[in-house]
This record gives sequence, structure tokens and C-alpha cells, in this order.
Amino acid sequence: MEVFITSAIKVAGYSAILFVLAIFVFLLTEGLPAIREVSLSVLLSQRWYPIEGYYGILPLLFGTLLVTIGAALIAVPVGVGTAIYIAEVSPRWAREILKPLVEIMAGVPSVVLGFIGIIVLASTLRQVLSLPTGLTAFAGSLLLGAISIPTIVSVAEDALDAVPRSYRDAALALGATRWQTIWKVTLPAARSGVITAVMLGIGRAIGETMTVMMVTGNAPVMPTGLSSLFEPARTMTATIAAEMGEVATDSTHYHVLFLIGIILFLISLSVNLTASAVLLRQRKRTERILS
Amino acid sequence: MNKFVLENLHVKYSDGVEALKGVSLEIPAKSITVLFGPAGGGKSTLLRTLNRLNDLSDVTEVSGRVAMFNSDSSATDLLNPRLDVIALRRRVAMVFARPIVLPMTIRENLTYGLTLAGERSTIRLHEAVERSLQQAALWDEVKDRLDEPAISLSGGQQQRLCLARSLALDPEVILLDEPTSGLDPISTTKVEASLQEIKMNYTVILVPHSIQQAARTADQAAFILQGQLIEQADGKELFLNPRDKRTQDYIEGRFG
Repeated sequence: MEVFITSAIKVAGYSAILFVLAIFVFLLTEGLPAIREVSLSVLLSQRWYPIEGYYGILPLLFGTLLVTIGAALIAVPVGVGTAIYIAEVSPRWAREILKPLVEIMAGVPSVVLGFIGIIVLASTLRQVLSLPTGLTAFAGSLLLGAISIPTIVSVAEDALDAVPRSYRDAALALGATRWQTIWKVTLPAARSGVITAVMLGIGRAIGETMTVMMVTGNAPVMPTGLSSLFEPARTMTATIAAEMGEVATDSTHYHVLFLIGIILFLISLSVNLTASAVLLRQRKRTERILS
Repeated sequence: MNKFVLENLHVKYSDGVEALKGVSLEIPAKSITVLFGPAGGGKSTLLRTLNRLNDLSDVTEVSGRVAMFNSDSSATDLLNPRLDVIALRRRVAMVFARPIVLPMTIRENLTYGLTLAGERSTIRLHEAVERSLQQAALWDEVKDRLDEPAISLSGGQQQRLCLARSLALDPEVILLDEPTSGLDPISTTKVEASLQEIKMNYTVILVPHSIQQAARTADQAAFILQGQLIEQADGKELFLNPRDKRTQDYIEGRFG
């Protein structure tokens, strides 16, 4: 019996690794031919128009970056601020309502948010900012921000909550105000957890597809500056989702879409690696200090 | 001369537990007053009333009178809800049972309270660092590594750093809540020795972690049992000739 359970767990564990590897291998075999079929100068051009053989992925890459950075600029301050409020400031009864509420928000399907985005957000933006269209990178950033905020709040709040009460007592006993305690003691003590929260939130924003496809307008235009936030944009995820369904298997277009998938994979991999490198460096430093 | 006078102090927590049931106590200035008794008797609650750290716990009811006497012998009402607690905590410093160093360097730990209080002069800050470390008998051990993270110190050193951190503010009163409970005997001796130095200039209130420590350090001693003050007397007097039967039983180890 024991043997059976052990091997079942082993199989489950190994297969998880195997599946990820298989996905990666599949991505590579389907995506890498694109480099042979399309010259690098075409890939790095600024025009995405696959029907006529223009496979410039830069507008998509920068579209993703633009929307994601915009989302991070919104979600990180709001998310960390909310986490601080819930963990440190709010009275207990408010906290018992807010925490589950945030977790429910994390479960709202992104297509629902996209729908709200199209109906409410885009038209409001168009009227308020008097734009030709409300379906812009900015609308995408706002919604992606809204999607990553619950993740950031939930993880960061756990980290802040794990800081021992005694730390706060110590700072307060030295004559620190509540705000000074949060800023100089609680937040630094919870730093690694807060960084993880931010990275997870950004990771969520990069990978999000449905919402951005619905609200960013999907025009593969090269962003030129801050003003591009208020113009339509197209992300890599939205491109794959929109075009994969109508592409001939093993065509050049098909391979390029997989190449975009590889790039996305590399981006989220590097975000995750950065996050764990930051954490690891900190852990090592603490270990060195403690030993 | 008294530093604190407590009259009929009641403190009740939100779960209905009455931690202090009418304690009246006089705490003299510039000496060591030891509050001892079995765990859960309300000693920590009493300490945390004196610097209003209870404000942040779920205390629902506080009544009675707690007066702190200032240098001009005027009295401050510590239970006044409009009292400036930040200023109070600079005058009434506290050291906790477990050493809690802040996530900063040794020097920053010491100057943190002062910079919060608005001190900007680096000369005065440095003076405070050296003075407080000397007082806590830590200067010789750390003078060459002031800019290392404070967490790199040993447990005993960390606790003396916490004591130094409180002293750096140049407070009037130092509250110590079982400051040596996690320390080895040598560190304990060092902390107790610095307390004997410190009491020349400060009012020290100590919750000891053992009866032996209480007997070693007390100028004044107060036995607190289940939220009530059983008796208070001169240290030697109380430990040699306790008047109350319960005090005697506790000192002799018959319960606790």
C-alpha cells in the first residue's frame, strides 16, 4: 500500500515536470522554423501584416510592454497600498470583509472584465478624454491593473501579516508613529513577500489575453511615446489568440505565431527568475548574517 | 520621590479577561522596581499601560488613575485619551522579552528613535550612539562594526542593543519585560550589571524572568498575582520577610 501511494505521488510529480518540458519542446519545434523562413530584418521590422508577408513583431512586443508597464504603474501602488491598509490600518471587522472580497475579485473571469471594459470603460474614456476611440492601450492598462491588483493585495497582505507583532511594538515603543512604523519597519521586514507579490501581479498582466484583446483595439502600431497609451495597441498574447484560429498549420504565419509564444515564454521566465534571484540573494544574505 | 503613582487601575481585554483588577502601586524614581509573579498575572499589561502600548492591543476598558511625575514635580495623567503618546513613549522606553532588532544597521537601530524625534545633528547622533552603547556595556564589542546589519549580532548582544536603543532616546523611564528570558547566563549578568549602572539616572521597572533575578536586582519589589497587587516592599525586605502567605509560598516555589 505504502509503495503504491509513494509511486503514485512520484508519477504525479515527475509528470508535472514532464508536461512543462513537453510544452517547451513543442513551442521550440513549432516556433524555431520561423527564424529560417523569415529573415531577421523582417522579424525586427515595424510592420505586422502577415497576409502580405510582413512579420515585424516589434509593434507587438512594444504593445505588450506598453500595456504591461502601464498596468504595473497602476497596480503596484494601489495593490501594495491596499495590502498595507488591510494588514496594518483597517480595524479588524473591516479586514474580515475586505480580505475575502479581494480574493473573490481575483476569481472574476477576465472575459467579464473585458466586457465591462468595452461597454463602460472604453466609451467613458472616449468621452472624457475626447479620443477617436476608447479602445486604447490605456484601457488595457487599466483593466490589466484591475486584474493584477487582487493578486498583489492578497500575496502582499499575507507577507505583511507575517511580520511579527513585536516588530511593530518595538518601533512604536521608540516613539515612531504608525506610518513611520509601516514605512521603515514593517514594509522592509516583509520586503521579499511584497516583491513576490509585485512579480506575480506583473506576470499575471503579461500573460493576460482575453481582456486586452477586447479593449486595446488590436492595431499593431509601433508605440512612439507616452501619447501611444491613448492609441490602439496590440499585444503578443492577443495576436496569438486572434490569429491562431485561422492560420494554416505549418505555414510561415503559423511558425511566427509560435515564435511569439517563445518570446512570451522567455519574458515571463525572466520575470520569474528575477523575482527568485532577488529573494535568493536576500535569503543568502540573511543566512550569512545568521551563521 | 515617586515617578509613578497608580490608583485602582483596572484593565480589561475585549475577550472579557480582566488583566488588572484594581492595582494601586507607587514606583519610586531612580531605582529598580521589580514586578514579579506567575505568568498571566497582568505584569506585562501593567508595563504596557505605562507607555500606552496597550492602545494598540484590544483593550476595551481602562479605569483608575495613573500619574507620572515630571522633573518639575507636576503630574501627567497617563490615561488621558488626548495625551501625546508618541512623546510619552520617548520618555518611557521599553525593552521586550525577545530582542527585536529593526531591519537596519547597528547604528541606524540606535539613531532611529532620535531621528524620528527630529534630531538631525550627526555629532549629537554619534554621541548618543556611543553613550548608549557604553551604558548597555556593548560599546567595546561593536564599536568597529556599527554599520553592519544589527541582525548579525548574537542574541545577547541584540538584547543589549535593544537596551541601548532605548537609552539612546535619553528617556526618564525604562520598562523591561523579561529582558533576559532568552539569554545565556553571561549575557544575563551583563544586562543586570548595566541595569545597576542605569538606575543612577533612570527609573527602571523590570519584569524579571525568575524569582532569583527579582531578588538579585530589586530595590523595590511588587508581587502581582492574578491581576492584583499582593504586596509591595523594599526588595530585601520582601524576599526575606514576606508578609503575605501567598508571597511566601511563591518565593519558596510552592506554586508558580
